[in-house]
Amino acid sequence: MAPFEAPDFYAIDDLLSEEERLTRDTVRSWVTDRFMPLIEEAYREGRFPRALIPEMGELGVLGGNLDYGDFPRMSSVAYGLVMQELERGDSGLRSFVSVQGALVMYPIWRYGSDEQKARWLPAMHAGKAVGCFGLTEPDHGSDPGGMETKAVRDGSGFVLNGAKMWITNGDLCDVAVVWGKLDGVVRGFLVERGTKGFSTREQKRKHSLRASVTSELVLQDVHLPASAMLPLAQGLGGPLSCLTQARYGIAWGVVGSAMAVYDEVRTYGATRVQFGKPIAGFQLYQAKLATMLTEITKAQLMNLRLGRLKDAGKMTPQQVSMAKRNACHWALEIARIGRDMLGANGITDEYQTMRHMCNLESVKTYEGTHDIHTLILGHAITGLDAFR
Amino acid sequence: MDVVVLVKRVPDTETKVRVAADGKSVDPSGVQWIMAPYDEIAVEKALQLRDAAGGGAVTVVSAGPAETSKELRTALAMGADKALLLVAPQGAGDAAATAKALADGLKGVPFDLVLCGKQATDDDDAAVGPMVAAHLGVPCVAFVTSIEVAGRTATVKREIDGEVEVLEVDLPAVLTAQKGLAEPRLPGLKGIMAAKKKPLEERPLAAAPSPTETRALSLPPGRAACVKVPATAEGARQLLKALREERGVL
Repeated sequence: MAPFEAPDFYAIDDLLSEEERLTRDTVRSWVTDRFMPLIEEAYREGRFPRALIPEMGELGVLGGNLDYGDFPRMSSVAYGLVMQELERGDSGLRSFVSVQGALVMYPIWRYGSDEQKARWLPAMHAGKAVGCFGLTEPDHGSDPGGMETKAVRDGSGFVLNGAKMWITNGDLCDVAVVWGKLDGVVRGFLVERGTKGFSTREQKRKHSLRASVTSELVLQDVHLPASAMLPLAQGLGGPLSCLTQARYGIAWGVVGSAMAVYDEVRTYGATRVQFGKPIAGFQLYQAKLATMLTEITKAQLMNLRLGRLKDAGKMTPQQVSMAKRNACHWALEIARIGRDMLGANGITDEYQTMRHMCNLESVKTYEGTHDIHTLILGHAITGLDAFR
Repeated sequence: MDVVVLVKRVPDTETKVRVAADGKSVDPSGVQWIMAPYDEIAVEKALQLRDAAGGGAVTVVSAGPAETSKELRTALAMGADKALLLVAPQGAGDAAATAKALADGLKGVPFDLVLCGKQATDDDDAAVGPMVAAHLGVPCVAFVTSIEVAGRTATVKREIDGEVEVLEVDLPAVLTAQKGLAEPRLPGLKGIMAAKKKPLEERPLAAAPSPTETRALSLPPGRAACVKVPATAEGARQLLKALREERGVL
């Protein structure tokens, strides 16, 4: 495979700090050296390369943006660049890190007790423990407020019942952040692997995100001590704030996928000769490349601005919706166009574009579908709520 | 144990090099710059030696343009303690001038050992390390694949034609790193964030004369068209004739 050459048409590099560039370059090298040699086989076999988890811990990417202990506390832009570089490898890799950091470590950090933080954050940061996030249910996807998972008080603790679905890292997890209603109010619970009544079952036969573990969580009369509840999260705002963090990472991540696709088809077009000249010399090929590069550049600039707003404490969830919606839409379009450009060759796993294309179908869907983000923006623009 | 590591900023080995308009330098546009790979090995070894000794400091030193702070910051992120950049325009000074400037720059910097890559991957001179040793008046062993320090002596190995040569050298000394000496680590994010707070001193380089001058730079010629001969006895005769008379290889 030709070395990855990242497009930076607007010299956005100049707008990054030295440590942001170094962070990006480090993760880029790691993905090239350690992840790329493994991904096609892992994808084909439908498994996550878990042997890499401790290495990611050593790199410091797992929840490395959180202000805790001796964590690196990277900026939001550096964190975004990490997501971009991971997803340049595969959406499954980025998904693993997003879930671990934004959906499990973040709520423990923000809503957890000191004991909960001390127990889980260092271990998860080091890649010694894996977490998953149980919000979506079989009958409640875009409408998580309708969740049926329920907790009832039992002495000083709780009994939890319910089922969760499409849970990334489910079968890998040592701990699950499970959201359920207690007296009608959404609360978060830390359910540890091995707790009686808690089981996970991997959802196989996926056409997408094959190098990522997706599971069902089953909670049947799960008895939990009082200390299992996240004390500071009350109401749907708790899980939604986690989604804002994860969506922020997705907006950056999918640009990595798009960059990988763009780089692959650009290289391909320069060497693939038809009708006596490289196909990159044909107008239709060039038009596609021009569209790809333009949309990548726009999304890169949006992400950078969004990251600076996040670091300044000014980012709104609606801004995140716009970035997630736009980046996922264009990354998938770019991957679809890219697949066309590779002709028959692009069907095999010698080329990564089709893998990205298949992954991006999931990424466009999870963490708020394209249409749900459209309605969030519609609400922000008009003040009128289309889904209530 | 105090170790100084000399590093150089070079174009990424995967960069497609173009000659600049002046015909004697590399066109910097579109070039990705990195720490020279053998220097990276030297940094790693220095960190290992410091940690094994249980104390001391690793100082990384470079002569180059202001942008070299990125490569020095990388070394700091890997774990080096401080950095010194002797600022000079890109490509200013040949190996002799650079060695003199580096040796002068080391005045006042304590060291038990100076490490650097066996050569930079841009000009492949393999000269700066030994020349620095000469200026410092200390012994030098080039192309080492192993370093063991005991007291004021280092035992080093280097590979020569399938044999391994073992040498003992008094410290302080200059050793240049061959592949195999160490496997450079990736700087973790914690290291990167910590590097921000480590001292990186910049000083203008005190220029020294360059006894050599680059007159012209050109890319190697492209491959000539392939000549095909038929797979027959006659073809073999043609091939032999071409190899003997036209190419002079037989």
